[in-house]
Amino acid sequence: MDPAIRVVELSKQYTVGGPRRYDTFRDLVAARARFRRRGSTMEANRIWALRDVSLEIAPGEIIGIVGRNGAGKSTLLKILSRITVPTKGHAEIRGVVGSLLEVGTGFHPELTGRENVFINGAILGMTQREIRQKFDEIVAFAEVERFIDTPIKRYSSGMSVRLAFSVAAHFEPEVLLVDEVLSVGDQEFQRRCLGRVREISEGGRTVLFVSHNLAAVSSLCTRAFLLERGSVTAEGRVDAVLHRYADSVRQHTTTLLGDRRDRRGNGHLRFTAVTVEGPAGPIHVGDPMTVALDYVAEVECRGVEVALSFHGPLGEPLFRCASRASAPSFDISPGSGTVTCSIPELPLLPANYSINVFAHIGGDALTTTFDILDWVQDATIFEVFESDYFGSGQLPPKSHGYFVVRQAWSLDEGLTSGTSSATVSEAPA
Amino acid sequence: MTHQAAPVVPPRHRAGRLTVVDPSYGARLLGLAELPSYWELVLMLAWREIRIRYKQTVIGAGWAVIQPLLTMVVFTIVFTKVGHVSSGGQSYPVLVFVGLLPWQLFSQAVGKGATSLVANSPLISKIYFPRVIMPLAALGAPLMDFTISLGILAVLMAAYGAVPGWGLFALPLFVALTLLLSFAVGLWLSALNARFRDIGYVTPFVLQLGLYATPIAYPLSAVPGRWRTLLELNPMTEIVQGFRWGLIGDQSPDFVFLGIGTLVILAVLGSGLAYFARMQRTVADVI
Repeated sequence: MDPAIRVVELSKQYTVGGPRRYDTFRDLVAARARFRRRGSTMEANRIWALRDVSLEIAPGEIIGIVGRNGAGKSTLLKILSRITVPTKGHAEIRGVVGSLLEVGTGFHPELTGRENVFINGAILGMTQREIRQKFDEIVAFAEVERFIDTPIKRYSSGMSVRLAFSVAAHFEPEVLLVDEVLSVGDQEFQRRCLGRVREISEGGRTVLFVSHNLAAVSSLCTRAFLLERGSVTAEGRVDAVLHRYADSVRQHTTTLLGDRRDRRGNGHLRFTAVTVEGPAGPIHVGDPMTVALDYVAEVECRGVEVALSFHGPLGEPLFRCASRASAPSFDISPGSGTVTCSIPELPLLPANYSINVFAHIGGDALTTTFDILDWVQDATIFEVFESDYFGSGQLPPKSHGYFVVRQAWSLDEGLTSGTSSATVSEAPA
Repeated sequence: MTHQAAPVVPPRHRAGRLTVVDPSYGARLLGLAELPSYWELVLMLAWREIRIRYKQTVIGAGWAVIQPLLTMVVFTIVFTKVGHVSSGGQSYPVLVFVGLLPWQLFSQAVGKGATSLVANSPLISKIYFPRVIMPLAALGAPLMDFTISLGILAVLMAAYGAVPGWGLFALPLFVALTLLLSFAVGLWLSALNARFRDIGYVTPFVLQLGLYATPIAYPLSAVPGRWRTLLELNPMTEIVQGFRWGLIGDQSPDFVFLGIGTLVILAVLGSGLAYFARMQRTVADVI
């Protein structure tokens, strides 16, 4: 049988620093990371976001595409969705194609839920008749029946996301291209969405699914591809590909700093590399994590404090680990070595984080001088993946901050005397 | 490589529909062939524009009535009381209002068209549709306002006792020409604006100048010969004249210039489509 999707040596070149706009922080980080690997004096400011990618997908297959940020997953999807053209190569898709690169495209806050459903449906490629037929189902799935004639600017963000996803979930083309859209809404809603994707796929449709949610990929997909730096480096059984992916993430966690010129400090000591490592490759929420800093010291440095500051995806300062807080200062003799910081449990939600590395002498109670040895901002970027941190299948949304904190809850009803209160669980000291 | 059971054949798998993606497809296929299947989307986008247009305003669609009326009042005061322009036998307010009808349609449609790609960049970077439907849908809201203005004109004409002429039957043609010209210019400007945002600043300014380079506030007959020829090369001049011919029985437009104007419109349209096709391939990358 003819493949549903055939991609032949597809390549896409972007010009960096040109008029290209970065639509998401993700793209920006990816481009910056790529830029850095080649050093700041780049001979060519063109990068291949996708290079000679070939794949064949049979009708009815559910394919997962995994890879690090900037590996070319979104570019591949954008080309297949015809949003942008490839530089070389071609692709053929058999059947009615639909793509979901985000949910709620075209939603307007001033319009009611009903109006937005019709517009969003039309934008996705549904006919008015189709939308009318599925309308009640869409509204019920989103659980917004009571507010369907209210402008969505009055909706909570959860409600509009549910409505947006619900429209998308009732869109059933023969070939569905899905980007990271499942990472919206609360966990319960995500679970229902996954269920819906499974339903759609069981209907025999072809689905190409790009995701960071490895659990979703492994439970939904029949086959997977691993993209690395724009090329397919593994394909086949989902667990095998995910394993390769985990390995590749691990390999790439060392960022070399030797070529970085945008640094401050007197250079008596310089960091040459930073390695971020979890227990087994990728770092998940709540995992132990180590940050190892390789350095070269030109002279003897006594009383050195090393610090790491962690920043969120938008550059927000989150927390700082400084060596003096938990250990005495380091006395470092000339030569090279490694300073390692271990964090027993990383309390960060899934996202990309960056680390500034800093080393200085002085600034304590005993000395009056303060000399910066080395200071590199955004020395590395690492990704934290989802995990079942609380054992409840739920993680808080990032809109309320990036941290997860162990907690316990209790309820006291009818507070009249100590004896009638029922403690559900106790908060640990 | 795949050890699981053979994939199920999709129930509605139509082998017929084949989408080919290659580096040239955008230029080869402007999307005009696909346009019929996107007609609903064009209407939806136009409708959306109309719906959100006067949201959270006190008088709502009243703005569509007030704007042309106020312009007419200002022009009447400035040009008859201050400038002493002769209206060539017509009542001046009606003359101006009829002239404003196609002009406002044109200028609003061009203004909307010019920003149609940029203003909808979130859509363009997330979903495929023939990009040409953006400048096309931009015609919707101005056309709505135009219809409202036609209603106002009927009232005005009744009030001033103006009667339409035989040219009224040709009016749809002039409306069509206005839309065609607006679309053609909108194509060019939207494509240019995607790359050079300067267009967004230049367009309103040029449109404002155009208002005076078209016989709207004055009758064409009030313009001396040499200047008149120059003015008649502006396609909008013959369109305005056509409107006056049909609606208030003014002299008919010069059909030679009308022919030239139509050719100009077709040339702008053709070149606009060609430029748009070239640009739309990469619009999602540059916008």
